[in-house]
Amino acid sequence: MATVTINGKDVEIGSNERLNCIQAASKAGVEIPAYCWHPALSVVASCRMCLVEVGDKKPDGTVAMQPKLVPGCQTPVKDGTVIIADSQKVRDARKATLEYLLLNHPLDCPTCDQAGECYLQDYSFNYGRGYSRLNEPKNIKPDKDYIGDQITLFTDRCIMCTRCVRFTREVSGSAELQVVSRGSHEEIDIFPGHPVNNPLAGNVVDLCPVGALCSKDFLYQQRVWWLKSTNSVCQGCSTGCSVTVDQNEDKVYRLKPRVNELAQGHFMCDEGRFGWKYTHSEERLTVPQIRSNGHTTSQAWEDVLASVRSSLQKAATGRQKLAAVLSPWMTVEEAWLLAVCIRSLSPQAVLAVGPVRVTGADEHFPKDLRGHVIEPVKFTIRAEKCPNRAGVQAVVAHFMDELMPFEELLRLASSGQFSAVYLTGGDPQGWISEMQAEAFSDVETVIVQDFLPSPVLQHATHILPSGTFVEREGIVVNHRGLAQLIRRAVRGPDGSRPDSRILWELSGRSGLFQPEALRAEIAAAVPALAALTNPALKTTGVLLETAQQTTV
Amino acid sequence: MATFEPALFARINKPDSALLKTYQADGGYSRLKEFLSMAPGDVTNIVKDSGLRGRGGAGFPTGLKWTFLPKDHPGPIYLAINADESEPGTFNNRYLMELDPHQLIEGIILACHAIRSQKAYLYLRYEYGTSYRVLDAAIRECRAAGILGNNILGTGVCCDIVLHRGAGAYICGEETGLIESLEGKRAWPRIKPPFPAIEGLFRKPTIVNNVETLCCVTQILYRGTEWFKSIGVPPDPNNPRDPGSYGPKLYCVSGHVNRPCCVELPLGVTARELIEEHAGGVWKGRRAKAVVPGGISMGFLSASELDTRLDFAGPGRVGCLGLGTAAVVVVDDQTSMVDVLYNCCRFMSHESCGQCTPCREGTAWMTKILERIRTGQGRTEDLDLLMEVAGSMGIIPGTTICGLSDGAAWPVKNAISKFRSEFEDYIRSRKASVTSAQQLMAVH
Repeated sequence: MATVTINGKDVEIGSNERLNCIQAASKAGVEIPAYCWHPALSVVASCRMCLVEVGDKKPDGTVAMQPKLVPGCQTPVKDGTVIIADSQKVRDARKATLEYLLLNHPLDCPTCDQAGECYLQDYSFNYGRGYSRLNEPKNIKPDKDYIGDQITLFTDRCIMCTRCVRFTREVSGSAELQVVSRGSHEEIDIFPGHPVNNPLAGNVVDLCPVGALCSKDFLYQQRVWWLKSTNSVCQGCSTGCSVTVDQNEDKVYRLKPRVNELAQGHFMCDEGRFGWKYTHSEERLTVPQIRSNGHTTSQAWEDVLASVRSSLQKAATGRQKLAAVLSPWMTVEEAWLLAVCIRSLSPQAVLAVGPVRVTGADEHFPKDLRGHVIEPVKFTIRAEKCPNRAGVQAVVAHFMDELMPFEELLRLASSGQFSAVYLTGGDPQGWISEMQAEAFSDVETVIVQDFLPSPVLQHATHILPSGTFVEREGIVVNHRGLAQLIRRAVRGPDGSRPDSRILWELSGRSGLFQPEALRAEIAAAVPALAALTNPALKTTGVLLETAQQTTV
Repeated sequence: MATFEPALFARINKPDSALLKTYQADGGYSRLKEFLSMAPGDVTNIVKDSGLRGRGGAGFPTGLKWTFLPKDHPGPIYLAINADESEPGTFNNRYLMELDPHQLIEGIILACHAIRSQKAYLYLRYEYGTSYRVLDAAIRECRAAGILGNNILGTGVCCDIVLHRGAGAYICGEETGLIESLEGKRAWPRIKPPFPAIEGLFRKPTIVNNVETLCCVTQILYRGTEWFKSIGVPPDPNNPRDPGSYGPKLYCVSGHVNRPCCVELPLGVTARELIEEHAGGVWKGRRAKAVVPGGISMGFLSASELDTRLDFAGPGRVGCLGLGTAAVVVVDDQTSMVDVLYNCCRFMSHESCGQCTPCREGTAWMTKILERIRTGQGRTEDLDLLMEVAGSMGIIPGTTICGLSDGAAWPVKNAISKFRSEFEDYIRSRKASVTSAQQLMAVH
């Protein structure tokens, strides 16, 4: 155990923790402002915002301070380190640095996307001087919208922290960005003809502490102070990056990565970052339907649900079996509700995990220009393009002795084994082909719960328009068995209902969907998911040890 | 010191002084075999005992620097030779490289032996085309003669020199900037620690020494530490931290003098002596107003400070940054200090690498302020602002990674504190003359 003193306040540091002054100070609740330092990137100590006074406490209790200011990011703390971050000297240095940073800054906050979440604004307000003593013309640097397909650079707003440059060199490995020119004429630029279009490119926008690098997708769409952030989990692949969904008035504007060392670290890929657009697709299913012989007979939720219930009950009493397909895009709670509902009607009912889309191979970063992966791997985009195979599989495994492959279920369906099937979709890129859908053409009752049209709809007797992940609440389990909580961010389009609500009502449970109670129920019933009651679910998520053993 | 005999420059006036055969005829390489058969630590100790301090500008004791290398390192260890001589007014390394390259090469071999390095990288500034050709020819001669390469002169010692031509930037002369540049990167100085002796070129222990320093190493080994210590200024008895300024030094004198020159003298000569006795006095019969003691980043001596001894401690006693490269630049009494300072600031803002905020923005801002003063838009409070900006940058207050911005701040601090009234007069009179010109323009 090591003791570090920050502004006269002692804080304990674990003996294995290797912290710099900024990290140690934040443990004591003291903010040391910094621009160039980022926990996931190398230290360059060039912005000089984090200057502090540092000293050592001698065994006899006296403190020997270093005469110079030192950058907090570059200075490791050890037992007896004394950090002073609020002296006049430190405050003057911060004030000077901020004045320098703002000398050539255009101060165009009213038209800048970053305004409201800008470190230049925040630190100027907290530590700056409030006016400029520059009487000379500012340097004007050209904007560079060619810097990437998704990224634009407002060069004059840049403060040369080089976080973006280091990201492309150290994390993506693609090294597109560089610094050109020298001194105050310095600019960030790309190597000619090599724009920042790597699969992790969008992260440079998040890394930029000011409004220099902006996302073309989000540009001028919304002032950030109108946005409400909700914790969620990216659905793009089984890495399950922790994200926040930023929305206003039920419209999603962007996804941003949320730091979670258990999940992915600090970043996310562009596939996930921009992969939420389907949630506002014009093609969303919004009308519940009962169909018979190609005719729609009702469009009211009450009628449709009653019909689903009676059809399932009828099928359960017949000679043929009941079957349900549990999509790997469902949450654990939804899968549980459906499985319990179907099994309570017919204990012999077949449950199968829906198709798991796998594209190519896992893509690891950093990757050099020839495509060779450089160790240590800092980010992985997984080939398994669904968020919750592990979680749904754990639920299905609880009810079925053997996991039935989706193809086997199709074969049974086409050979007339089922009187009713309950199909759940959820893959925005389509989960069933025309030919596969044929398998259900002769099944008497085909209930489809999905939010986008798919080939199977033509055989459907009941259509239940459901919700996307931004409209859901529940648990998803990623590739390494990390259970994370998705929170509901927006209301879905009129007519649709979140899956949990549909299934809750179908199960005949009273009142509103109660996720907490349901998780307790699951945890009690399924040992593999016993950790679902852990309060850490709400922040970093919980590693399900057993899930880990079966999926890694 | 009337009997002072040049050592570093002993051969430069001889015909074909750059050739191997003339160097050998003068006794060069004659004892190399003997020195290479000594233990590396003994060579280091000789250099350490001589009190040799780095000639590149900072004046760090060379032998001490060599001992910072990790003990028993499996290697490779590198020697990098800083020949990126880019401090304005400095040209002593150029003389040494063009006129006596073998003295340098012998110093490199000896230093490599002392630090157990088998490879030396000579980082030469791009503009020195002649030096490049001369050194290249000299290195080839040495390789052919078995003086460089594997098993030098049968002693079993290996050493080779890679001649690297820089692409032209002041910052490449900063030792870690030089290392970055050698690695093929942008010459952004590294954060320290780790110091290059622990982790330098290609992440291996590296010693960076100046050309003149290594030439001194040759002379120390041939002539002995006693000879070296008989020259120069012994330590100040009142300052226990002063290691003294021993040995000969190449002084470059340029600017407003009759005979700009590079001359070898014992450390501790005064600026006045240099100007009057060696550079033929200030030109056009004028008097010196200000003198740069060691390259423009060291600041200015005023006319009353010309008797300052130019050793490692002398310039610091009168408010200058240090001896630097001992490049004396003379400014005559007809030249405006505003123009001189503007020139310094323009150079530094052009050469700031742009890594640390205070230096990147501060140097450019000071230049802009001086530009404005020169157009008649100055205010006397600008001088305080300049002083404040200059005071907030550099490794001395701790706000930058390398010393470039100390060098950018010092001329400003010195010029304004030592010539403040001139600056104030300039601002007032220039404002008045510009205003009256503008009024005239308005009338017509």
